[in-house]
Amino acid sequence: MNRLAFLQDDRGGKIFLIILALATVTIPMFNLLVPETSVFHISIYTVTLLGKYLTYALLAVAADLVWGYLGILSLGHGAFFALGGYAMGMYLMLQIGDRGVYGNSELPDFMVFLNLQELPWFWGGFDQFWFAIIMVVAVPGLLAYVFGYLAFRSRVTGVYLSIITQALTYALMLAFFRNEMGFGGANGLTDFKDILGFSLQSDVTRNALFIASAVALALGYLSCRYIVSSRLGLLCVAIRDAETRTRFIGYKVENAKLWIFTFSAMLAGIAGALYVPQVGIINPNEFSPLNSIELIIWVAIGGRATLYGAVIGALLVNYSKTYFTAALPEVWLFALGALFVLVTLYLPKGITGMKKYKAAKA
Amino acid sequence: MQYLVLIISLFLSPILSANSSDLSASLAQLSDRNNKAKSEAIEKITQSNRPQTIKILQSLLEGNIYYRKSDKTIFYFNQRDDGYHLEDVLSGEISIIPKKRGYKKVTINNKLRGKLRQSIASLQLGNADPSVRKSAVEEIFKKITPGNVALLNEYLPKENDVNIRTLMQLALTISELSSDDDSITLVAIKKLDGNLEPIVRNTLNQLVEESDNPTIIAAAQESLKSIKSQVKFYDHMETLYFGLSLGSVLALAGLGLAITFGVMGVINMAHGELIMIGAYTTYVIQLLMPDSIGMSILVAIPAAFIVAGLVGILMERTVIRHLYGRPLETLLATFGISLILQQAVRSIFSPLNRTVITPEWMSGTLDVNAIFSLTWNRLYIIVFCIMVFITLIMIMKKTPLGLQVRAVSQNRAMARAMGVRSDWVDALTFGLGAGIAGVAGVALSLLTNVGPNLGQAYIIDSFMVVVFGGVGNLWGTLVAGMSLGVINKVLEPWAGAVLAKILVLIAIILFIQKRPRGLFPQRGRAAEN
Repeated sequence: MNRLAFLQDDRGGKIFLIILALATVTIPMFNLLVPETSVFHISIYTVTLLGKYLTYALLAVAADLVWGYLGILSLGHGAFFALGGYAMGMYLMLQIGDRGVYGNSELPDFMVFLNLQELPWFWGGFDQFWFAIIMVVAVPGLLAYVFGYLAFRSRVTGVYLSIITQALTYALMLAFFRNEMGFGGANGLTDFKDILGFSLQSDVTRNALFIASAVALALGYLSCRYIVSSRLGLLCVAIRDAETRTRFIGYKVENAKLWIFTFSAMLAGIAGALYVPQVGIINPNEFSPLNSIELIIWVAIGGRATLYGAVIGALLVNYSKTYFTAALPEVWLFALGALFVLVTLYLPKGITGMKKYKAAKA
Repeated sequence: MQYLVLIISLFLSPILSANSSDLSASLAQLSDRNNKAKSEAIEKITQSNRPQTIKILQSLLEGNIYYRKSDKTIFYFNQRDDGYHLEDVLSGEISIIPKKRGYKKVTINNKLRGKLRQSIASLQLGNADPSVRKSAVEEIFKKITPGNVALLNEYLPKENDVNIRTLMQLALTISELSSDDDSITLVAIKKLDGNLEPIVRNTLNQLVEESDNPTIIAAAQESLKSIKSQVKFYDHMETLYFGLSLGSVLALAGLGLAITFGVMGVINMAHGELIMIGAYTTYVIQLLMPDSIGMSILVAIPAAFIVAGLVGILMERTVIRHLYGRPLETLLATFGISLILQQAVRSIFSPLNRTVITPEWMSGTLDVNAIFSLTWNRLYIIVFCIMVFITLIMIMKKTPLGLQVRAVSQNRAMARAMGVRSDWVDALTFGLGAGIAGVAGVALSLLTNVGPNLGQAYIIDSFMVVVFGGVGNLWGTLVAGMSLGVINKVLEPWAGAVLAKILVLIAIILFIQKRPRGLFPQRGRAAEN
């Protein structure tokens, strides 16, 4: 029990983990074991959709770690997500082999189309799953480290940091749109066949991916919770609330920020890597600044600095997005826009904050 | 209308054919042995003033007019490798004959040559319309013959249009290049030094290849070198011009943000959508006054200012004023507003792109010299940007509103204590920034398609401009916009448009690391907040 002491005060977190564990066990069961004719059957579409939401939730947890506890409003977390996704996409692309349209066992279709003769050097190693997994965390982590090192050392804070993270993801989007980059240009990477030898179309694989997403979310949540309840976490909150004062006391503010930011980017990368095999495509639109801002609103709606609030926000907003874009496509942007405005005006602490607010009043 | 044309042409056709029979009669007269008759024929041909007249006269002057002895038909005569080409002057029919038996050249004497030159000159260079004279001289440029040179010499003193005079002189100088007298050629080369007309370059190149006098070759090469360096210079000028016009667009987009973000500290993510509203206002104004497109742009400028300004004031009153002092929340709320505005435009005007018609007075170019010309629309945008900038500076520095805005932004509590209605000032300032964004939209609508995503394309650029220039500094915004525009255009030729943009973005990101407060940071107490 001692090892999980950091969870003791986290009632919301415990509830969330229990629900997540239940869902992880039951949902694949209801899909695989319950016959399709039964009312309790959960379609494979729903399973994959939920799996996608869980990867979004992991991304939101990563963003909440830096925004909620460090006060860094990153408008570029979508970039780390997309980079993780591209790393996974490259692995999946090389698994297609000669089943592509051109039947070239060496090169993915888009490279044959672009008249490339051999695999670009940066694609080397991506035919190995372990290498791809390392890259999934290493590439976003490295980018976050270099970017954070430069930004935090020169004390770029607040709105300025938000704007340059946005510029970062925008620049990456423009870059990945270029065919010369060797990442499939505007079409991105798609037409994946299988992962680790299992077909991506099969129900079992999809359920496995769902479980993997749930496990990743749980582990991501636990590690974030561990960090924020450690001494480092307290330092983070101190930096968020009074950065200059913390620096004067003698803490290395830059180091704390840098490592938390890098860790958060790695989590985002993992989320992206789990997202890609479930939706079956990764393209430069994932880098669009809109995505990064949207994920901030998930966190804001759920409630900052709670971690499980981010999960609630991500699930809620994405479920309504799925619903609205299908049922009333014109209304979706109005609704999302209104959400942004109303939440910031009337729910500054988000949904999870409502209860706290009431408790404080009483 | 078509019937009318038909009827008129029916009436005219006998006259036309009478004319052409006149011409054929005069042409036939050319075959007369009597020089006096020929002279009359030349007179008549000149007076007929038909499209081919000048060609006939010139061919006659060059001795290339033949006639068939049997029926006195007149031909243009051309000796080629495969025989003699004969082109019927009237019908344009070409026949090739191996031997010129049966055909005879229309011979002319010096008196007739003089007359011909006079005729051609009167037809071309003596024309009352300067543009005809100009094209006549330009025609001569294509082939500068000794006959033409004599003509030019004759008409040069009579010409009163400066441009045409210069052209004539240039033609004369070029003719001197091929002079047999090397000293004249050398003088001509010297005179042509720095001339940018393509023909000068061609002739000089030719001279370098063909001449056998080393001094001439050296002089021509020297001259070519200096011309090339000038061409390079004007290439750079062109890049600079494109850069400045792109920079003006960026600065225009950034100026409104410099007010809302720079002066008020409000992160307005809906800034791009305010630009879009300005662009759509222009589109609607053009729909309302389809008969006077030229005026519509002028009407659209105040209209866009008012519409976008009102939307801005509405935003400030309903949302932003509750969020002062919480920049990150403002960012999110205004982003929400931007989504709503985008979708509203999409619902009202459809998601398709609309086009705003560029008025006539904005199209065309201003030719500075032979290789460097400025397009009017870009020039207008540069001028417009500077005008907006000056107006804004004046408002901020010289009006009571500007004074109050500065007072509130420096010390809100103290300003309020002095009797400034700070919330009123906030609303007006935000309205001003939004209005400027709308005006930028008018300019943008002339450059790109007007669509719901117009604003998104410019929001990041606008923020980059403001942050790069230094928040709270209008001059910084102008300088930053212009320099980013120029840097972009300088990089473009070797990096491509997209890569140039990426490089600029990365450069700004790195620059902000180095100088977090931009090119021209605010100093003093206000900078600490």
